Amino acid sequence: MIARFLQRRQRRNPCHPADLQAPPSLVRLDGAAKEVIETGRTRLVTAALLFALCFVVLAARLVDLTFIRNDTEPRVARAATLVAKVDQFPVVDRAAIVDRNGTLLATSLRTASLYADPRKVLNAREAAAKLVRVLPELSQADITERLGSDRSFVWIRRNLTPRQQQQVITLGIPGLYFHGEQRRVYPQGALAVHAVGFTDVDNNGLAGIEAFFNERLRDPARAHEPLSLSLDLSVQHAVRDELLRSVAAHKAIGAAGIVLDARNGEVLAMVSLPDFEPGQVGEASKDQRFNRNTLGVYEMGSTFKTFAAAMALEKGLVNMKGGYDATHPIRIAGFTISDDHPKKRWLSLPEIYMYSSNIAAAKMAVDVGPAGQRAFMQKLGFLGKPAIELPEIGGPLYPRRWNTIETMTIAFGHGISVSPLQLASAVGAMVNGGLLVQPTLIRRDPLAPLPADRVISERTSRQMRQLMRLVVEQGTGKKAEAPGYLVGGKTGTAEKVGAGGYKRKSLLTSFVAAFPMHAPRYVVIAMLDEPKGTKETHGFATAGWTAAPIVGRLVTRIAPILGVPPVHETPEVRSAIAIPGFNAPAEPGRPQPTLQERKLASF
Amino acid sequence: MMSFPRTDRSVVGQWWWTVDRWTLLAIGILIGMGAILTLAASPGVAGRIGLDQFHFVRRQIIFLVPAVAVMLSVSLLSPLWVRRFAAACFALFLALMAATLFVGSEIKGAHRWLYVAGLSLQPSEFVKPCFAVVAAWMFAEQKRTPGFPGNAISILLYLAVLSILLLQPDVGMALVVSAVWFGQFFVAGLSMYLVGLLIGIGMAGLVAAYSLLPHVTSRVDRFLNPAGGDNYQIDRAMDAFRSGGLFGRGPGEGSVKTVLPDAHTDFIFAVAGEEYGLFLCLVIVGLFAFIVLRGFSRLLSENNLFVMLACTGLLTQFGLQAIINIGVNLRLMPTKGMTLPFISYGGSSLLALALGMGMLLALTRFRPGAGERL
Repeated sequence: MIARFLQRRQRRNPCHPADLQAPPSLVRLDGAAKEVIETGRTRLVTAALLFALCFVVLAARLVDLTFIRNDTEPRVARAATLVAKVDQFPVVDRAAIVDRNGTLLATSLRTASLYADPRKVLNAREAAAKLVRVLPELSQADITERLGSDRSFVWIRRNLTPRQQQQVITLGIPGLYFHGEQRRVYPQGALAVHAVGFTDVDNNGLAGIEAFFNERLRDPARAHEPLSLSLDLSVQHAVRDELLRSVAAHKAIGAAGIVLDARNGEVLAMVSLPDFEPGQVGEASKDQRFNRNTLGVYEMGSTFKTFAAAMALEKGLVNMKGGYDATHPIRIAGFTISDDHPKKRWLSLPEIYMYSSNIAAAKMAVDVGPAGQRAFMQKLGFLGKPAIELPEIGGPLYPRRWNTIETMTIAFGHGISVSPLQLASAVGAMVNGGLLVQPTLIRRDPLAPLPADRVISERTSRQMRQLMRLVVEQGTGKKAEAPGYLVGGKTGTAEKVGAGGYKRKSLLTSFVAAFPMHAPRYVVIAMLDEPKGTKETHGFATAGWTAAPIVGRLVTRIAPILGVPPVHETPEVRSAIAIPGFNAPAEPGRPQPTLQERKLASF
Repeated sequence: MMSFPRTDRSVVGQWWWTVDRWTLLAIGILIGMGAILTLAASPGVAGRIGLDQFHFVRRQIIFLVPAVAVMLSVSLLSPLWVRRFAAACFALFLALMAATLFVGSEIKGAHRWLYVAGLSLQPSEFVKPCFAVVAAWMFAEQKRTPGFPGNAISILLYLAVLSILLLQPDVGMALVVSAVWFGQFFVAGLSMYLVGLLIGIGMAGLVAAYSLLPHVTSRVDRFLNPAGGDNYQIDRAMDAFRSGGLFGRGPGEGSVKTVLPDAHTDFIFAVAGEEYGLFLCLVIVGLFAFIVLRGFSRLLSENNLFVMLACTGLLTQFGLQAIINIGVNLRLMPTKGMTLPFISYGGSSLLALALGMGMLLALTRFRPGAGERL
C-alpha cells in the first residue's frame, strides 16, 4: 500500500527535485531536505498505523458492545425502561415463627421500597405533587427537595404495600425505582415481643428466639418450615392483659408474668412489661427491651419460704404437725430478724408458711445448715443460668460466703436474686411430684424424654401442694382464689434494694401459684415492680393485695383455654389438698387456730 | 451540483479541481450527521435545563453556516497565506486564552470561556489548530534555514500554551495539544533518544496529573474500578449501546438522551448508538478513519516539510479528538470531556474545527509542479 502511494507520488510529481538536474550549489541542501522529508514519511507511516489501530479497536469495541452483548458488565436495565421498576428480590426467605397452635408470630413479607434517581427525574416539583397524591403521608416539600437534589439515590418510602406500589407504577414518573426487600413482620405486635425478639434491617435476629435460632431461621432448607414455639397466644394475651390492668391500677413501673406447664416445662406465656412494638425497636427504651422474666434477677422475698419448707420436709426435720418457736426475733451479727405480723408463739409448719414467719423460716434453714441449703438451691437450679432458648439470660446473684446469717435470709428470700423463670420452674418441681423440668420456649416432642431431675420426693411435693393451697384458702393469698380451679400459691413482698439498704416503699410483689392443686398442671407467676396501694387495697401494696389478684383473675381466664375443668370438691379432692386441723376437719386433740391467728398476714 | 470546466482558471474553479474532494465529502457527511444527531440528542437536554426544546438545535444550525463558510474560505488560501493566517490567529487567540484566566467566567470549576458580544467563546479551541500550523512552521524552518532556532521557539510556544491550559485548568485539551505537538516533532525527525525522553516526560506528566488533580484521580479510579464509584454517565452510555443493538431503536426512540447531562456534547455517540445502532456508529468511525488515514496517505507524496508537519498536526488533532471521545463513550478510557468533531454540539468547537479542516484542505490542495515550494 505504501509502495503504491510512493509510486503515485512519483507519477504525480514528474518534477520532483530528485528527478531534476539541480544546480550544483543546491545539491547538499537538497540532499539534506530530501533526507528530512524521507524521515518524515517513514514516521508518518508509523503515526498512520497507530491511528488505524485505534480506529480498528474502536470498531471492534462497538461490535463487542452492541452485537456480542457483553454480559459480564452490569446490565442495569435497558435505559428505555426508565419508569418505576422492581429490581431482583432476595431469594432466601426467613422462616416464620408460630405459637403452639400455629398462629403466626413472625413472618417475612416481600415488599417493595421506593427510591429515586433524582438525576433522571425530569420535573421534581411535578413528580412530588403526583407522589403525594398516592402516598399522602409524605411531605410534598420534602419530596420535592429530595427529587431535586444532585444525588443519584434517595429513598422515597420503604416497604410499600402492593396497592401503593401499583399506584406509583401507574404514575409513570421517570427516575423512580423499587428495591425489593424482605420485611420481618410481627402480626402480634408487642404481645410476645420479649420471647420472639426482633431482627435488624438485614433480617438478622438481634434478640429473643429470632437471635437464638437465627441460623435455623435463615436456613434455606427449612425456610418453609415454621419454628413452633411452646407459647399459647391466647394465654399470652390473657397474662399481658391482666398485667397491664394491674400495672395501670397500681401505677407499677413494670410487671412480669409466666405460665409454665409444670409437667413438661413448656412456657405457655411469658410477658414482661413495659414492652414495645417489634417494628419500632429503635424507639424502645432500654427498660422496654428488658426481659424481666429471664434477664432480670430479683430478691423474691417470701415466695422462697416455699423452698425452706420443702427442704425441711424433705430432710425430715419437720412434718406438717411440727413447727418452730417464733416468739422472739432472732438477733445475729448485729441484725434482727423479726416477723411483720408477729404471733409471738410457737408456730406449726402450715402456720409458718401461711403467716409467712421469717423467724421460723430462718430457724428451719439453720437446722438444714448452710451446706444443705446451698446444695438444695443448686438442685433447684438457682445457682446457675436457666437453660432456655433466649440470648437474654441473667445469672443469679447469691452470696459467696454462705454462712448462718446468709442461710437465714435466703430462707425468706433475701440475699439471693433469681429470675422469675427460675422461680417458676422450681415451683413447678414443688408441685408436680418433685421433678425439676428444664423450661423451654419450643414445643416439646411428646415422645422425646423429658430433661428432668428429681429434687424432692412425691410425698414432699404433695405436702407442698397442701401448704400452697392453704395460703390461698386462709393465708395471704386469698385474692388469688379462682373458684373451682383450686389455686395454691405463695405471696412474696420484697423491699427493693436502693442506695443505703432496703427501701420500705419500693416493693417487688409477686405471687407464685399452681393449679389445680389436686393435680397441678400449670405454674403461674405474677410479679409487679413498685406497685402503689389504692383505695380498693386500703393503701396496701403488698403481694396479697397486688400480685395475688392477678393470678386469681388470670386462672379464671386461662383455665378454660388450657382445657382445665372446674372441680367439685369431692372428699377425695379435699383430702388431697387439705391439711387436717386447718382446712380439713381437725384431728382429735389439736386446737383449731383462732380467728385472730388467721388474720391476713401481709408479708 | 457544482460543476466547473477544467479550463476555469478562476479562484473557485482552481479550488474545485485541486481540493481533496473526498475529504470534503466526508466532512460534509459528518456535518450532516452532526446536525441530525443534535436534533435527536439535544431537545431532551434543553428541556431538562429549562430551555426551549430546540434551543441547541437552532444554535447548532446557526453556527453551521459560518462554520462551513470559514472552512471553505480558509481552504481557498494558498499554503503561504494559511501560514500567515494561522500565525495571526494564534497570536490573537493565545492572548484571549491568557485573558480567560483573568476575566473568564468559571464553569464547572474551570476558566475556559470568554463572553464576546453575547457569544461564549473558548479561545483554546482556536489555539489548537493555529498552534499546530505555527509549530509546523517553526519545525520546518529549523530544517530549512540553518541557524534558525525553530525548535527552541516551538518549545517555548508549546510551554506557554501548556501552562495556560493547565492554569485554566483544562487537562484534556493540554493532553491533545501535547500529543499533537509531539507528533509533529516526531515527524519532523526528532532523534529517537529525544522521542523516548519526551514520552517519558509525558508519562510523568500523566502520573502527576493523576496524583495532583483530584478530579483526574477520581475519574481514573472510577475507570479502573467501575464498581467502586459513581459511573452513572458511562453506565447509561453502555446501556444505550446495548439497547441500540445492530440497527438502533429508531430515530427519536432512544432514552439515554433524556438522562445524560452531556448527551448533546460528550455523549452524542452513545445517542447515535442507541437510536441508529451499530451500523451508523461504524459509519461514523469509518468516516473519521477515512479522513485521517487518507490525509496521512496523501502526505506521503508531500514534498514540503511545513505542509507535511502542519497537516500531521491538524490530522492528529482531529483524529485524536474523535478517538478519545468515542473511546470514552465505549468505556475504553476514563471519562474526559472531549467533543466529537463536527458531531457534538458546541459553537466554538465547530468553528475551530472548521478553521482547522479549512487549513488542512488548503494545505492538501494539489499543487502541480510546486515541489517543495509553497
